[in-house]
Amino acid sequence: MPQINPEFFGTQLVWLTITFVALYFVLSKLVLPRIAEVLEARQDRIADDLDEADRLRKDSERVLAEYEASLAEAREKAHAFSLETHAKMAADAERRKAELETRLAENAQKANVRIQEAKSTALANVREISAQTAQFAIERLIGISVAEDTLHAAVDAELAARQV
Amino acid sequence: MARGHSPLAQFEIHKLVEIAPIGGVDPSLTNSGLFMIIVAMLVTGFLILGMRQHAMIPGRWQSMAELSYEFIANMIRDNVGSEGRRYFPFIFTLFMFILFSNLVGMVPYAFTVTSHIIVTFALAAVVFIGVTVIGFARHGMGFVKYFVPDGVPVYLLVLLVPIEILSYLTRPISLSVRLFANMMAGHTMLKVFGGFVISLGFIGGWAPLAFIIALTGLEIGIAFLQAYVFTILSCIYLNDAVHLHH
Repeated sequence: MPQINPEFFGTQLVWLTITFVALYFVLSKLVLPRIAEVLEARQDRIADDLDEADRLRKDSERVLAEYEASLAEAREKAHAFSLETHAKMAADAERRKAELETRLAENAQKANVRIQEAKSTALANVREISAQTAQFAIERLIGISVAEDTLHAAVDAELAARQV
Repeated sequence: MARGHSPLAQFEIHKLVEIAPIGGVDPSLTNSGLFMIIVAMLVTGFLILGMRQHAMIPGRWQSMAELSYEFIANMIRDNVGSEGRRYFPFIFTLFMFILFSNLVGMVPYAFTVTSHIIVTFALAAVVFIGVTVIGFARHGMGFVKYFVPDGVPVYLLVLLVPIEILSYLTRPISLSVRLFANMMAGHTMLKVFGGFVISLGFIGGWAPLAFIIALTGLEIGIAFLQAYVFTILSCIYLNDAVHLHH
């Protein structure tokens, strides 16, 4: 068994020491810090990205809340405006209706006055015409001329009797 | 069997570059030393080339380099806790050195550094001595209490303390023999069955050949497993020294 030949123990220990120590220094000073750096950088990056994602999520939530608030505000405004407009238009209509009614009443009254006038005029004419007609008829029938005043009185009496 | 074809011939060491002894130690470069250099360079190359891109999203090689880093980092965190971070470079070097030694040994005609007891024992001794020094440095003479189990009657301590000390002292032996024996046995088996393929010829050689293929897969698994076992046991021993409990 070559493993128990002490002839080569010395050289193996020498070279084991050299290579192992050299490897230890190369790894601990050069290689391992670099790997640690990369791993740490990646860890940091992941943490940063998670933070960033969290921040963006909060931002979007905030924007959404703002949007909803402004939407609600606009809706309220629109509602208030429509109520106001409605009231204004109702008042306007009321006012115009009143105006129209007064004007109509005025017109009606004027018309009434005119009708009254026309009626009295017509009545006066009726009296005149009745008297003349009566005078004319009497003259033709019996050939006498009756005084105008008498006729007028007769017509008036008759009209009063008929309650015109 | 001719000398070159012995199943154990693969473990023989021969000098490649003769170097004059310094202070009674022969520092000649052997095939073992050469493969230690290869292993150290492969580990360095694997990690440096893998991390060359420095990419935020790792490629295959970078993933593997990062995976090995995190594997050992997690092992230390789980077994030793945050106090173990200081020893991470050493544990990582230990794991990578053993793992690459085992894997390089799987290449045909390559030499398996960890198949020599002196190498695995030296590594285990470093762990053992290091852990003992850390234990005394952290707890002073209080580290001696580690050998005295809690809640045991005094008369039993007479028996238990020597057992505890003995089990503590045998740690480097079990640690080194486990790795060395696994490596040697696996490679010897491969060689023996390889010999069967040749001696049974074209007709009968297929069965041992199929076996070798399966065994090669198993050996690669063992290469990982033994590196893992050696490292995690080192972590557990380190934990004992750092936290002083069983």
